[in-house]
Amino acid sequence: MTQERAVTRKPSITIKPSPRWVPLNLAEVWEYRSLLVFLAWRDVSVRYKQTALGVAWAVIQPLLTMIVFSVFFGRLIKVPSDGVPYPVFSYAALLPWQYFSTALASASQSLITDEKLVTKIYFPRLIIPLASIIPPVVDFGAAFVILIGLMIFYGIPVTGRLLLLPVLMVLAATAALGLGLWLSATNVRYRDFRYVVPFVIQFWLFVSPVAYPSSVVPEQWRLIFGLNPMTGVIEGFRWALLSTDTAPGPLILVSALISLLTLVSGAYYFRNMERSFSDII
Amino acid sequence: MSHYRYQRLTDAIVEAATYPVRLLRGAARSAKKDVLWALQDVNFSIAEGEAIGLIGANGAGKSTLLKILSRITEPTTGKAIIYGRVGSLLEVGTGFHPELTGRENTYLSGAVLGMRRQDIDRRFDEIVAFAEVERFIDMPVKRYSTGMYLRLAFSVAAHLEPDILLVDEVLAVGDASFQKKSLGRMEGVVGEGRTVVLVSHSMPTISSLTRRCLWLDQGRLLEDGPTADVVRKYISHVATSMGGSTGRVNLHDHPRISPHQHAREIEFDQICLRNRQGQITSAFFESEPVHLEVRVVAHKSVDLVEIRAYVKSIDGTWLFSVPSGKREVSLGEGSHTIRTQFDPCFLRPGKYFITLMLGTGIPQDAIEAAAYFEVEHSPAGYDDVVWRATSFGAMKFDYRWDDWLKPESKDSVTAGLG
Repeated sequence: MTQERAVTRKPSITIKPSPRWVPLNLAEVWEYRSLLVFLAWRDVSVRYKQTALGVAWAVIQPLLTMIVFSVFFGRLIKVPSDGVPYPVFSYAALLPWQYFSTALASASQSLITDEKLVTKIYFPRLIIPLASIIPPVVDFGAAFVILIGLMIFYGIPVTGRLLLLPVLMVLAATAALGLGLWLSATNVRYRDFRYVVPFVIQFWLFVSPVAYPSSVVPEQWRLIFGLNPMTGVIEGFRWALLSTDTAPGPLILVSALISLLTLVSGAYYFRNMERSFSDII
Repeated sequence: MSHYRYQRLTDAIVEAATYPVRLLRGAARSAKKDVLWALQDVNFSIAEGEAIGLIGANGAGKSTLLKILSRITEPTTGKAIIYGRVGSLLEVGTGFHPELTGRENTYLSGAVLGMRRQDIDRRFDEIVAFAEVERFIDMPVKRYSTGMYLRLAFSVAAHLEPDILLVDEVLAVGDASFQKKSLGRMEGVVGEGRTVVLVSHSMPTISSLTRRCLWLDQGRLLEDGPTADVVRKYISHVATSMGGSTGRVNLHDHPRISPHQHAREIEFDQICLRNRQGQITSAFFESEPVHLEVRVVAHKSVDLVEIRAYVKSIDGTWLFSVPSGKREVSLGEGSHTIRTQFDPCFLRPGKYFITLMLGTGIPQDAIEAAAYFEVEHSPAGYDDVVWRATSFGAMKFDYRWDDWLKPESKDSVTAGLG
């Protein structure tokens, strides 16, 4: 360097211990959004590179479940299905359910899975669980195609109510992410949580109106039943797709509230646990 | 930073539940005592464009320091102010996924390391060319050989363009020729005026790339100064902790190679290494003479004595021996000093140790690794750096290439053959 360089004042960062209460700092998450896209893209690519069955699995799972449900719950036990054929009834619920359960499972393990990134690179850690709830959307898309087929088969008309679906998906994502943040942060410290999650999801499946309609739940329990965010999502899906009678307005509102609460609290919990991640992961 | 035990939820619950009991017993303050300070009182500042070396034993806190500067780990107390963008090279292959192709991994790794998409686009060909994997760039990385994988991973990271680059011992990847390339690339980075902090165990690398060096030991900053000085002090310290005082080793109680059946008539007592000025030291510059001074103690008069010194490299390779031959010399009872030297020392920079053997017609004494010494680079100009990095092998001699044959001298050649 032969000539004098003007002293350029570069932007500076101060590294110091986090305050007791760590703010969310979503601005930084936005700054790193391209990393979010890359991680999501990576997971989607890898998923479908590994097996020929990759895309098919996304369809086979809800399809087979629907068949089993239809045989046992629909035909043998004769569970009521809100006036629509049982197979479509259960499949319409299985779709958002599959998204939710996959997203939740991915999110809860996400930090551990990407341990290398957490210990070697700096970026807002919120990006990791955030990225993990995106790939299951692709699965959803594939399974949705089958749903269209089923609706055509059963002669169910498509209405403008379909527009509600993206909103419901966001709701499901919020619920999965919210709980996922709680779980992923806790999982770093207490490794036995990973065994808790599959059990919880299994249990949750039966507590949600996937195989049965909410109408079988007695009036006095409806409110508590509605505290499950997936109740609102599933009933909403059925209403939007199958024109069932139950207009789930209040149910969706409750679900939205619960999901939002879980999300915000989960985000704060995550951020406050973040400082110890790279040390104890 | 404190250490966390791998805790299970059940442990935590038990710990919370038994708190009242432990409180009564006065044993309530449980796990807080195993706090280990990875870094303490480390203060320094680095100017723009400086290349700094960071050395120290394993566990000294070097990686921790880089992690803090990279914002991966949070400091418990204190603060650091950084001007400019930081790029961290803490490990090779961060972000790589075996199922993706080289091309996809380059983009992914670049993004993870903080490069923007357009930066990666712009430098993509350079990255691939540096790694020499053009033909395989669209193959899944799990099919790459280890060498290819490491080269690509390093190449992506090496083409980051941060204001400050933090490197944690990643220059040792790949084979010899790739390491040479990596070193060259690092020099390029320094030449571009970027600030570099390099952690390495390789003294030659530190010496050639940096002008200033920090020495960390058990979390504290021991030295901060010109690289040559700090490296020399570090080496001496290492030699000390590896056996005996610097350059002088008392061999009386040193473990022997094999116990002899008979009592020794004559044995090693001490070995001293001295430099040209006569000072006792274990650090020598290349091309400097190394003087060996061996003191033996004879328990009775001996007539035929032979001493051998063997020099081995740090990995145990036998390099050469310095035998005295059987000398018909009478050594009376008592101690005697015998000297030898290699002048100049034609060993290349590195760590070596000396094995000693003593005999009087029958073996008397033998000590493996009686003393350690280190040869380091002579301080030299920047131009020499690349040259030095290309010479490999343990030894170096004076040499010259004879005149290149000119076409006119064809006759002399045929004449010679005729």
